[in-house]
Amino acid sequence: MAELVFEKRPKPLLVLNDILLMVGRSSRHILRNTDQLLGTFFQPIMFLVLFSAVFGGAIEKSLPPGVSYLNFLMAGILVQTLAFGSTTTAIAICNDLQKGIIDRFRSLPMSNVAVLAGHTISDLFRNGISTVVMLLAGLVMGFRSSASFSDWLVIAGILLLFTFAFSWLSAIAGVFAKSVEGVQWLSFIFVFPLTFASTAFVPAEGMNKYLKVFAENQPITHVVEAVRSLMLGLPPGDHIWLSLVWCGIMLVVAIPLTTWMFRRKTSA
Amino acid sequence: MPNQPAISVKGLTKAYGANQVLRGVNFTVPRGTMLALLGPNGAGKTTTVRILSTLLHADGGHVTIEGHNLTADPEAVRGVIGLTGQSAAVDELLTGRENLVLMGRLYRLTKASAQQRAQELLEEFDLTEAADRPAKTYSGGMRRRLDLAVSLIATPPVIFLDEPTTGLDPRSRLAMWEVIRHLMDTGTTILLTTQYLEEADQLADNIVVIDGGKVIAEGTATELKRQIGQDRLVLTFAKQADLEKALAALDGAIAGSNSEPTASIALQNTQADMRTTLEKLEKAGVTAVTIDIHKPTLDDVFLSVTGQHQPAEPTKEVANG
Repeated sequence: MAELVFEKRPKPLLVLNDILLMVGRSSRHILRNTDQLLGTFFQPIMFLVLFSAVFGGAIEKSLPPGVSYLNFLMAGILVQTLAFGSTTTAIAICNDLQKGIIDRFRSLPMSNVAVLAGHTISDLFRNGISTVVMLLAGLVMGFRSSASFSDWLVIAGILLLFTFAFSWLSAIAGVFAKSVEGVQWLSFIFVFPLTFASTAFVPAEGMNKYLKVFAENQPITHVVEAVRSLMLGLPPGDHIWLSLVWCGIMLVVAIPLTTWMFRRKTSA
Repeated sequence: MPNQPAISVKGLTKAYGANQVLRGVNFTVPRGTMLALLGPNGAGKTTTVRILSTLLHADGGHVTIEGHNLTADPEAVRGVIGLTGQSAAVDELLTGRENLVLMGRLYRLTKASAQQRAQELLEEFDLTEAADRPAKTYSGGMRRRLDLAVSLIATPPVIFLDEPTTGLDPRSRLAMWEVIRHLMDTGTTILLTTQYLEEADQLADNIVVIDGGKVIAEGTATELKRQIGQDRLVLTFAKQADLEKALAALDGAIAGSNSEPTASIALQNTQADMRTTLEKLEKAGVTAVTIDIHKPTLDDVFLSVTGQHQPAEPTKEVANG
C-alpha cells in the first residue's frame, strides 16, 4: 500500500476545500439527474410560451404604451423560475438527510456545513442554465432588450444574489421537513404566494388595495422591477438597492438559521 | 501506550425518553483484534456503534478510542475511525471511484493520494470493472463492498462494521467475510455487530453478547460455545420402542422434548463421535429415520444465559434500505 499524504493547511482553508468538494459532488448530481435536468431545460420554455400566449392578449392593454407583454414578462418569469428552482436545493438537502450518506459525512473529520453550502452553491450553476435557456427562448419568440453590456452585468449580479439567497431560504424547508413531499408542500406555501402576489406577471395597478401594498413592497417585486427596468431601459427607482438589501437580509437570516437547524437535527 | 486498548467502553448508558436502550455497557477491544457485538434486533448494538462513531451522544459512561476521549474530542475520534453502517452509505449518483476519492479528500488526503488509494481499494475489493459506473447500478453485495472500501480510504486504525452482511445473499456474505478477514490481517482494530452467532464465531477474536442494553455474556467463541453446548447429533426414530433402545445403547443421549421420538447427543469430536454413535446404534439393532447435526444458534445462547428464547426473530432479515 502506498504512503498516504494528508493536506497540511490551516483550518479555514480546509473548510473551504470541503465546500468546494461538496459543490463538485452536488454539481455532478445535477448533471446526472437526467429527469431533473430535462425539467431545468423545458419548464422555463413551457412557462414562457404558456404565459405569453395565454395572458399576453389580455394584459398587454394595461401595460405602458409600446411595451409588449413578452418584454414585460421576461423579468418576471426569470425570477419566478429561479424562485421555483430553489425548491430543488431543499429537496437535495432533504434527500441527503434521509439517507445513510449523512452519517458517513458526519463520521468524517470534515466541516458538516459544507453539505449545505455544496447544494446552495451548485444550484447557482443549475439555475444559470435555466436562465440562459429562457433568455434564448425569449429571443426566439421576439423578446428585445435595450440593456447595455454593463446593464446585463448588473442583471446577472442581482439574479445570482437572489438565487443564492432564495436557495438558502429554501434550505430551511429542506432541513425542517421530514420527507421530500413535505419539502414540496413547505416550498409551495411560501414560494407560490410570493411569486404570484408580485408584479412578476401583471402590473400591481389592477390588484385590490391590500394586495397591492403587499405586492409592491415584497422582495420578489423589487427584484423583478429592478431586472425589468434594466432590461427595458425604464427608470429603476429604488428597486435595485432594495433588491440588494432584501437579498442581504435573507442571507443574514437564512444561513445561520439553516446551519443551526442542520447541526441540531444531525446531532441527536 | 502500546498496551492501551484501542477501544474502551465503561458504563455506557442511553435512553430515548422512557426507553432505556443502553444500561451500562462495558467492554474493551485490544489493539489489532476484532470484537463482535452479538445480539438480537433492538439489543442496543447499533446505538452503541452510533455513539462510538460520534453520531449520537451518550447519556453517561466513559469511552476512549485510540486514546481520544469521545466526549471531549469527537473530532480527533473521527480522524481515527471508519464506519460502515447498516444502510450502505454511498452516493448513488457518483461512481465507485468518485465516492472513494471524494471521501478520501474529505478525510483530508491530497488529491493524488486519494486517487492512488482509491485505485488500490477498487482492486482489493474486486470493483475495478464497475469503478466508473454510478453506484446505483451496483448489486447489494457490491454496494456493501464499496461502502466498506470507502470507510477504509484513509486507513483508520479502528473500523466499525454495523451488521455488514445483514440482507446479503449467502455468496455475497462469504465474499464479505473474506474481505473482513483480510482487513484483520492488516492489524486494524474492528468492532463488528451481528445477529448471527456463526458470523461472530467465524470472524471475531472475542464476542460480547448484548441483550436489552446489557452485556449478558462475553468470551471467545470457544468459551461461549462451551457455555452453550456443542454441536448435537439429533436422531429421529419411527417408534417409541426404537427410541428407548437407542437411549439405552448411547451414553449421554437425552430424549427430545417434541412429540416425535427423538434423541440427541453432544458431539465433542464431530466425525469420530458420529461414527461411534452410529456403530452403537447398529449393534443395538435400531435404525434412525433421520439424522441431523444441530449447531448451537443465537437462540441457544439466550436460552443458556437468560433462560429465555430471543425476544426477536434472529433470522428475519430486514433490509434497512
